[in-house]
Amino acid sequence: MKKILVPIKMVLDANMRPRVKTDGSGIDLSGMKLSINPFCEIAVEEAVRLKEKGLAEEIIVISIGTAKAQDVLRQAMAMGADRARLIETDQPIEPLTAAKLIRFVAEEEKPDLIILGKQAVDDDCNQTGQMLAALLDWPQATFASALKMEADTLHVTREVDGGHQTLAMPLPAVVTTDLRLNEPRHCSLPNIMKARKKALDITPVSVCGVNIETRLNVLNVKSPEPRKPGRRVADANELVTELRTAGVI
Amino acid sequence: MTILILADHDGHSLNDATARAVSAARYMGDAIHILVAGENVGPVAQAAAHVSGVDKVLVADDPTLAHLLAEPVAELLIELSKDYTAVIAAATSIGKDILPRVAARRDVMQVSDITRVIAADTFERPIYAGNAIETVKSSDAFKVVTIRSSAFDASPQTTTAAPEENISLPSKAWKAHFVSEELTKSERPELTSARIVISGGRGLGSAQAFQTVLTPLAERLHAAIGASRAAVDAGYAPNDLQVGQTGKIVAPELYLAIGISGAIQHLAGMKDSKVIVAINKDPDAPIFNVADFGLVGDLFTVVPELVNILG
Repeated sequence: MKKILVPIKMVLDANMRPRVKTDGSGIDLSGMKLSINPFCEIAVEEAVRLKEKGLAEEIIVISIGTAKAQDVLRQAMAMGADRARLIETDQPIEPLTAAKLIRFVAEEEKPDLIILGKQAVDDDCNQTGQMLAALLDWPQATFASALKMEADTLHVTREVDGGHQTLAMPLPAVVTTDLRLNEPRHCSLPNIMKARKKALDITPVSVCGVNIETRLNVLNVKSPEPRKPGRRVADANELVTELRTAGVI
Repeated sequence: MTILILADHDGHSLNDATARAVSAARYMGDAIHILVAGENVGPVAQAAAHVSGVDKVLVADDPTLAHLLAEPVAELLIELSKDYTAVIAAATSIGKDILPRVAARRDVMQVSDITRVIAADTFERPIYAGNAIETVKSSDAFKVVTIRSSAFDASPQTTTAAPEENISLPSKAWKAHFVSEELTKSERPELTSARIVISGGRGLGSAQAFQTVLTPLAERLHAAIGASRAAVDAGYAPNDLQVGQTGKIVAPELYLAIGISGAIQHLAGMKDSKVIVAINKDPDAPIFNVADFGLVGDLFTVVPELVNILG
């Protein structure tokens, strides 16, 4: 295949604890570390591995967001992506809108394969890849744990509830990544330096011809109900007695 | 206000998650139809017809639908959806795969993984791995919603069956096709619907200990076995046992965390369990902060003791 497109998202770093704003309007991201969404990082790594195996010629990463999202695009290029595109906007973007914007780029770039993370760890929606496949009328393989090309056919092993399932499909196709697909590499300093010189093209969202108005109105964001404090038990006997009293065994 | 639910099944039996989706749907509309798609799905359709609250079962029996692949099932739902106010499914690997395709083609924004229905257009759903709960109101006239099954009780069985209607699949050339499937065989109850779940963590130390320590206790309690991501990454347990943000979300009556430290991503998958027990030799392990009963001790001593006491 010639081109792989990898859409990536910048999110609150997965190791940071989200703070709910006291006015209930959302999560406070000010001063917090933002990073590439872990599933997106796996998507970039997989694309780079396909290129290293000689199965792809060019990897284009794309992100939708503020100018700050250039950081994750540079990181993806340090991992091995060839060039980047930012669809710039300061508005919140829902998965349906993201899928439409990525379709806009896909129609320009004409990739053979689009690899995305299965979900972003901020909104936990798990929708964009499937929506994109539907809008493009392409086949999809979600929650991928292994990818293999056999002649012109893509074989994808998927993590499903009861185990694994393998699908075969022609290109172009959409694949979404699960955790076990690979372990992303660390970027070396020379590669980070090289990534600074790679092309990063910025497109304002207004020229994409997509209505970015949100469909879901967030009425409130709150912390989950805290659990009532528990207590320590001395030994197995006391534990069994307590569980019997609670009526759970 | 009729709701269409996509039935989740393995070709033989109806997943309990579907009866839970029926409970959620009852807050959203006044009539409920279930689509059972697949090959030779007569028994599944029968089971769906006996779920209380179901008014009609649509049966699409076709070899193309055998493995509930996204393209044909989504196409079927898109065709049918014109007669409904909402299409919903349990947020299982099948529901999560298929429903966003329906939403995109109907040009609506899906509401994923809801834990509460406040009104027919307003829902609660966890974000940031359950570290926050958002309330969202959908402005789309037609709704596509997936249900976190652990947040809803299963709608009970009834003796009177809802009527069934056979429907046919739109004919089209589907691009992806099924190659093979490897399903983990287990005599234990299914993880996401078990009343008791016993999960093991890195404290077990080996794949062998994971089995020999946990299995006797699981047998005594008729419990499902789960694992932390650390245990899965260390190769002690297969990934489909993983409980957590990136694995399965469970909320059983009783959850026993054995040798699990309690990373945020694990807590996201089990903290809504009714009673949580933690057994860990580290008294400062974060798992104790969510445990109703904490036992500080060596799991290799404590778990066999529990098995003895339970007889």
